[in-house]
Amino acid sequence: MRDSEHPAMPDARAFDETGLPGDCLPQYELIRRWLDETPRDAIELKRREAELLFRRIGITFAVYSEGGNPERLIPFDIIPRVLDPSEWDLLSRGLTQRVKALNAFIHDIYHEREILLAGKLPPALVLHNDGFRPEMQGFDPAQAVYTHVSGIDMVRVGPRDFYVLEDNCRTPSGVSYMLENREAMMRLFPDLYARHRIAPVSHYPEELHDMLRSVAPPNCEREPTIVVLTPGANNSAYYEHSFLADEMGIELVEGADLTVIDNIVFMRTTEGPRRVDVIYRRLDDDYIDPLTFLPESLLGTPGLFNAYRSGNVTLANAVGAGIADDKAIYPFVPDMIRFYLGEEPILSNVPTYRCSEASDLAFVLDHLDELVVKETRGSGGYGMLVGPHATRAEREAFVLKLKARPNDYIAQPTLALSTCPTFVESGVAPRHVDLRPFVLAGRDIRIVPGGLTRVALRAGSLVVNSSQGGGTKDTWVLESVGDAQPHRR
Amino acid sequence: MLSRTADSLYWLARYVERTENVARIVLVGHRMASMARSLGSSGDEWLSTLIATGCEPGFFGKYSEPSASSVIDYLVRDPDNHSSVLSCLETARRNARAVRTALTVDMWDALNETWLKARDFASQPMTIDTAPAFLEWVRERSQLFNGAYDSTMLRNDAFYFTRLGTFLERADNTARILDVKYYVLLPQDEGVGGALDYYQWQSILRSVSALRAYHWVYHDRLQPWLIAELLILRREMPRSLIACYDQITRYLDLIAEAYAGKRGECHRLAGEAHAQLRYGKIQRIFQSGLHEFLTEFIDRSIMLGSEISSLYLT
Repeated sequence: MRDSEHPAMPDARAFDETGLPGDCLPQYELIRRWLDETPRDAIELKRREAELLFRRIGITFAVYSEGGNPERLIPFDIIPRVLDPSEWDLLSRGLTQRVKALNAFIHDIYHEREILLAGKLPPALVLHNDGFRPEMQGFDPAQAVYTHVSGIDMVRVGPRDFYVLEDNCRTPSGVSYMLENREAMMRLFPDLYARHRIAPVSHYPEELHDMLRSVAPPNCEREPTIVVLTPGANNSAYYEHSFLADEMGIELVEGADLTVIDNIVFMRTTEGPRRVDVIYRRLDDDYIDPLTFLPESLLGTPGLFNAYRSGNVTLANAVGAGIADDKAIYPFVPDMIRFYLGEEPILSNVPTYRCSEASDLAFVLDHLDELVVKETRGSGGYGMLVGPHATRAEREAFVLKLKARPNDYIAQPTLALSTCPTFVESGVAPRHVDLRPFVLAGRDIRIVPGGLTRVALRAGSLVVNSSQGGGTKDTWVLESVGDAQPHRR
Repeated sequence: MLSRTADSLYWLARYVERTENVARIVLVGHRMASMARSLGSSGDEWLSTLIATGCEPGFFGKYSEPSASSVIDYLVRDPDNHSSVLSCLETARRNARAVRTALTVDMWDALNETWLKARDFASQPMTIDTAPAFLEWVRERSQLFNGAYDSTMLRNDAFYFTRLGTFLERADNTARILDVKYYVLLPQDEGVGGALDYYQWQSILRSVSALRAYHWVYHDRLQPWLIAELLILRREMPRSLIACYDQITRYLDLIAEAYAGKRGECHRLAGEAHAQLRYGKIQRIFQSGLHEFLTEFIDRSIMLGSEISSLYLT
């Protein structure tokens, strides 16, 4: 999972999504009653049951700092996070708008570069960016889509105040947790579940399959053969790769299963080679083709990129889509929305200081104790400074880094992330959360109502990354608020 | 299906079968050793157990004397030994993980739970007293897995390749178990046909769960050539070489049918070995040497494995 980092203060004034300690909001009313009525040990029992369930299913997530044990369990919190229909409507419109603009931006960057000509963002920031792939210039992917699956990381600080923290346009993961968390909740708490009218998520694999079918190369005249490409069983998200392949009923392949003959991609089967039309690849650009990218990569398939450029196979997401989710590009996304769509952004960005700018850098150095500083290329919560939590020595060390390589850093104010009730050792307590909805872009844009809610399990912690001890919650988007079966019993 | 998927299924089945067979061989070694001790003779049962599992060279790279505890630990638990029960289970599970999408839930559950529990079990060193219970449990779990796949997998090429793995491995193991007797030297004062010799043959039958079967088939006291006949040439004995090759040729034929009749060298090799078993006689095998026969059989099975691999699995 490519993670985002969450800056913010452990703030007693953080917005709690239930509305508590004031009046409980209607969408949380049933949950609150359920928590009040159910004895602690009964909940603890359920929590253990959930853990057993997940271990048996084999959901795993590797944590690199722990020696890469690919089978550590990601904690699941049994108290769902609830969004009401109007909240989701706002998110869904905003996400659709944002992903449209991101795709338009990537297309533009690899073609006319109008946005650069218009002076909306500095050309060097794009053209010297690691995410920029010169090999993609002038190439037209099917349906002009680049970021087919986007994971947009959202945080919230107030009732209607959602911010986009980060866009993920390469190989975002986590969707299997969205699906498995829902299955677990339905199994563990059928009654609570039935009393809510919750928008379903289980059709996500079908939506994904439809999307992939819609981006088959124009020269594919048969029903396209679609595969999922995984780096293999040692990858941290391998469970998800196999889960999605299984749910879509398509082959899960590794680089060595594919072979390219005359710019056409085939997979090796027990009956001989079989042509492949669409590859949902969960392997980073650098590794997909040793002939074009990293020559030492053993995970990829030689010749794959040329087959792609020849229009004989679709890669989802497209090579070079990473130019849109770079942290240095992120501050410009609102401008992209205005530039390409002529609309005002529905979702806000977190205000961001670009240390490459002298005035911004000066401000950042002056306010280091209030800001969160991130490496533009970092991910997973590594290599960042949370100013208010850092020691003086840590801050001083960071000053040197910032002065030495200002271009590599951005800074953001610490946000008071919203909290949700969470089951922890001491009982039920508020914990900070974020949200990663998954946006599918093919012939059109579709979003399954929900997403992956990550929760910082340690009191006061703002870091929800699973690599830093975060957990997950089921995310319920209600179709209507109130008891679904008021006349029951 | 993907060649790699077929390959993983095939090796998954082989390693589950191998796990069971290593467990069986160690159980027999354990039994023979206790028997020898109670008959007042100290044989080289543990050495022969090492030879039967093919682990002798690795073992002596680590230990100098084949004591009961060192052999048991090496064969059951030692992660350095790629053929230890635990290593085999781990390899089986690794193959299973690589093809999760091709497994039924029942298969995965059976294997995954076995692995999780076995790992707990094996966190303690194995001793003469704790090993048998563990090994019997491993045998049961392997049978659970075999039952799970037999009763839940679709009858398509994925199933055929899994079956091939099971029976090729089983044939190989039955041949090796039978060959153990060649290596177990009887003490000088104990002649062929003595009590120890008798118990050794009996243990071999036990190791393949065939002691009762022997009596049902032959109504006779244990005779080496009849035991060999049972384990090599009798189709009604489900772990015999011919029973395994009945299955191997059957599934190779089903695969060829599924793939528009395409056949290869593996079909010829399997057919040849099968014919030799179908028309073989135990007297002839003993005349030219049981050990030589078994060695050649094992080599042929290895060749068959590599031909299957080059036609389908790579």
